[in-house]
This record gives sequence, structure tokens and C-alpha cells, in this order.
Amino acid sequence: MKNKTDVIIVGGGPAGISAAVTLARAGKEVIVIERGSFSGSKNVFGGAIYVQPTNEIFPDFEKSAPIERKTVTHKYIMCTPKESIEASFVEREAEANSYSVIRAKFDRWMAQEAQKEGVVLVTETLVKELIVKENKVIGVKTELEEYFADIVILADGVNSLLAKQIGLRKEIKPKDVALGVKEVIKLSKEKIEDRFNLQEGEGAIYELMGDPMLGMLGLGYLYTNNETISIGLGISLETLAEKKLKPYELLDKLKEHPSLKPLLKDGELIEYSAHLIPEGGYKKVPKLYSDGVMVVGDSAMFVNNLHWEGTNLAMISGKLAGETAIVALDKKDFSANTLALYQKKLENSFIMKDLKTYKNLMDIIHTRAKSFLGYYPEKIAEFFKMFTAVDSIPKRQKYHGFIKSIFKDRSISELFKDAWALLRLVLGVLR
Amino acid sequence: MTNQDNCDIKKNTVDDKLFKVKYVPDEESHLRPDQQKCLLCDTKACTYFCPANVYEWDEENKRLIVGHENCLECGACRIACTHKCIEWEYPKGTRGVTFKQG
Repeated sequence: MKNKTDVIIVGGGPAGISAAVTLARAGKEVIVIERGSFSGSKNVFGGAIYVQPTNEIFPDFEKSAPIERKTVTHKYIMCTPKESIEASFVEREAEANSYSVIRAKFDRWMAQEAQKEGVVLVTETLVKELIVKENKVIGVKTELEEYFADIVILADGVNSLLAKQIGLRKEIKPKDVALGVKEVIKLSKEKIEDRFNLQEGEGAIYELMGDPMLGMLGLGYLYTNNETISIGLGISLETLAEKKLKPYELLDKLKEHPSLKPLLKDGELIEYSAHLIPEGGYKKVPKLYSDGVMVVGDSAMFVNNLHWEGTNLAMISGKLAGETAIVALDKKDFSANTLALYQKKLENSFIMKDLKTYKNLMDIIHTRAKSFLGYYPEKIAEFFKMFTAVDSIPKRQKYHGFIKSIFKDRSISELFKDAWALLRLVLGVLR
Repeated sequence: MTNQDNCDIKKNTVDDKLFKVKYVPDEESHLRPDQQKCLLCDTKACTYFCPANVYEWDEENKRLIVGHENCLECGACRIACTHKCIEWEYPKGTRGVTFKQG
């Protein structure tokens, strides 16, 4: 049959490429169809990639991949309109756990490595629909041609119209995703290293919560690259739509925060971007396979929102789908029965285990967003302001005043609800 | 500073940002809202949450203007349109946004 191959992978991002190399290394024929002009040209993230999972796909990638800075500092910042409370974890002498990267460069490198190993990459081509025969996916239709394969792997990102087409996924609700906006800002190496207290090659990851997303479901981030800073925020699409907020205005507000503004001084904007981030967690994971098809990465909503992990889940889920496809190709059986192995592999891996661990996280935070992400940051800032003020008022009086204020501006029932939610969160994670 | 000045500054901000993005726009829009529903829509939420300011309500002509050339292809409008009335496709393979950083 003309235009027939073993496996077609839709999407040339981390998930698609990871699945592809896994297959190519086992001698299988694989075509990756990417709609952008190169892998990464339609992708956006924070962000950083994680060493151990990336090594699973490309061992020793550190030697030749375009990596930016080795993360030595994790800083957690709670912002009120004018103040910030910051806690840093710094480890300069440890082995690298993650590196900041530029997606357009890193994904492109991944794709080039995959091509060296025999993966066929077709770019600038949009898959418009899946070809289905008797309930089995047998190929894809692009704008120009039809291509056939024993297995199709959907690595087409958070919007996955293809997973929707064949009923594996329903349409996403605004509650299930965050809209992320991002700016890459040019700043000299020296300025970055001075301002973020880094030595050459070292990087920092800042996690920001609170203002301007005070009381709303959103987080900000900042990553240091070699000669640029990636700064952005993600906020629940439901919140944005309900409150009629403009995401780029929130980003501007974030950059203007008194604690962050000096870090960005003299910076020059070199790119603005936006993307959706899966947020539904375990409950929103779609059906992951059917006859002739599997779903990986963001298309499967594989994101761990608490830990900001997405690329690692993409890479490893791609690898597991690739392994499953190898078994199916060897057995010459591409039915859901055989592809169920993919789900088994996922469930035995950190992917499903972590998603299950945090499955109630987003629901609980949604219900307590105003307090966890609004009231408490402000109260903690108030505490520090009180604690550090030297104003000739006796300390005990100040402490009593502070404690009284908590009970004054928060009813006992609300405090109980907060404590209960926190308990549920912690127990849900640990049990 | 007048209110008008404030508005201009805000608009320039997003235009300035969009200026730094590489696009190859298509002649046809890949975003097609149902203008009948837009007329009746009382939130016009898309004119707020779109990160690329693609949608603008033209009060004079009572139409939703779709600046698809600026689209960052995030998908937010398809999902969060109040009336779920936006026909949404990816642009052709050779068109749309190209992130050099991402």
C-alpha cells in the first residue's frame, strides 16, 4: 500500500519525538508529522527540562543538547501588592537535576537527533483528521494526502482536536486549563548572574504566587537562561473569562511588582507567547488508547500542576507508548486489547501514580483559592511587617493584636474550612 | 493623563508584545465566530481573555472583528467563548505563528 508505515505520530514535540526514537531504535518505521516549520515552533513552556527523564530518551544529552543554565536555586515567592515573602532552596554543588532550555531550540535538537536515528520528520503539515475504518484508526489525512499506519500516536498537544474527533476526549472546559502568557527578555549574562546570585552556567527558578493573581487560581514563574529571562504567568481560563481579565495586563503588573521590577531593569523584550496548560489532573485524563491509537503528553492532559512537570511526563509517556507499539507491531495486533499495555505501563510509572496523588489538588484549591492564594499571603506579609517593625510598641501587644485580627477578619467557620481543606490536601497526597 | 491616554498605553503594550512574534498569516481566518451569536453575547469575554487581542467588538457595525493574523494558536477562545460558537482550526501547516523561543 502506498503511503503506509508502521507508526504515524502526530506532533513533533517532546512526547512525539520520545515515542518516535523509542520505535526507531527497535527498527520500526515511524513518521512524525509536525504542523510547525520545525519542532518547537508551536510550543511554549516555562521552563526547564529534567535530567533523569531526558536521559531516558537521549542518554548523555547534556553533552550536545542546547541547554541553558543548570538549576541551583529554587525560590518560592508570595506576593502581596507591594511586598513579597520569599524562601529559597539553593544547592550549588549537587548534580544537575534540571536545566533551563529554550523550547524552540531544544525541541528542534530533539527532532534532529531523532532523525539521525531513522525517524522520518515531516514538517509544515497539519493533520486534519484521523482515518477511521470499522472503529479502528488506520491513518491520517493531511491537507494534501492520506497516510496509513498500523498505529497512530496522538502527540498533538493540549488542544488535541484529533483525540476529540474519535471520542477519546470531550471538549475541554475552561476549568480544565490555565492560559499561560510569557515573555522572553534579553538581559546580559553578567546582569543575570549578579541579580540572581548565580555563577557561570548556574540558573534560578522562581515560583510566584499572589499579586497580581491574588486570590485567583494562578501562578507566576521566572527562569534564567544564558542571556535571557523567561517570565510568565498561568491563570485558570475559567477565572480569566469570568473576571474579564486580560492576561497580558496581568503579566505587565507582575513585571511591575516592586520585588521583581529591579530584576528586569534594562531588559529587552524579544518574544511574547501564549499557550494553554492542562490543569484538570487525573480526573480529566482522557481515554488513552483505542484500536490503532494511543494518546501521549499534553494531549493526554499529563501535567503535574503542583510540581510544574509536563515535559518529563510527555517524554516518558511517549516512551511508554513507543514500547507498547513495538509489542503490538511484533504481535501484529493493534487492537485496544493489546494497546491496553500502554495504560498498564502508565499506571506502574510515576505518571499515573503522581496524577492520582494530586487528583484532588485542583478541586480543593479551586474552592479555597481566595484564602490560600489571597488572604493567607496578605496575612503572612502582615505578620512579617508587624514582626520587623520597630516602633516603640510593646511586642506582646503587637502579637495579641495580630492574633485578634485573624479572628476578626476571618470567621471561625472559614478558618475551620481552610484547615480542613489543608488537611484533605495533605492526607490526599500522603495516603 | 486622560482616560484615552491610559487606553492607548494599554493597547500599545499588547501590540508591542505582538510585534515581537514571527507570523506568516493566511488570507483566510482559521477562526470563525458565529456573528449572530456574537451580536447577542452580553459578555464579549473573548475580547478580554485572548492573549493576542485577536477579537475586538466593533460597536458601530455591530460585528466581532477577528484579527487572526495575530493569533498565537493557544485555543483559549474555542474553549472559553461564552456561547462556544467559535469554529476553530489550526492554521495551514505553512502559516501562523512560529516561536523562536517558546
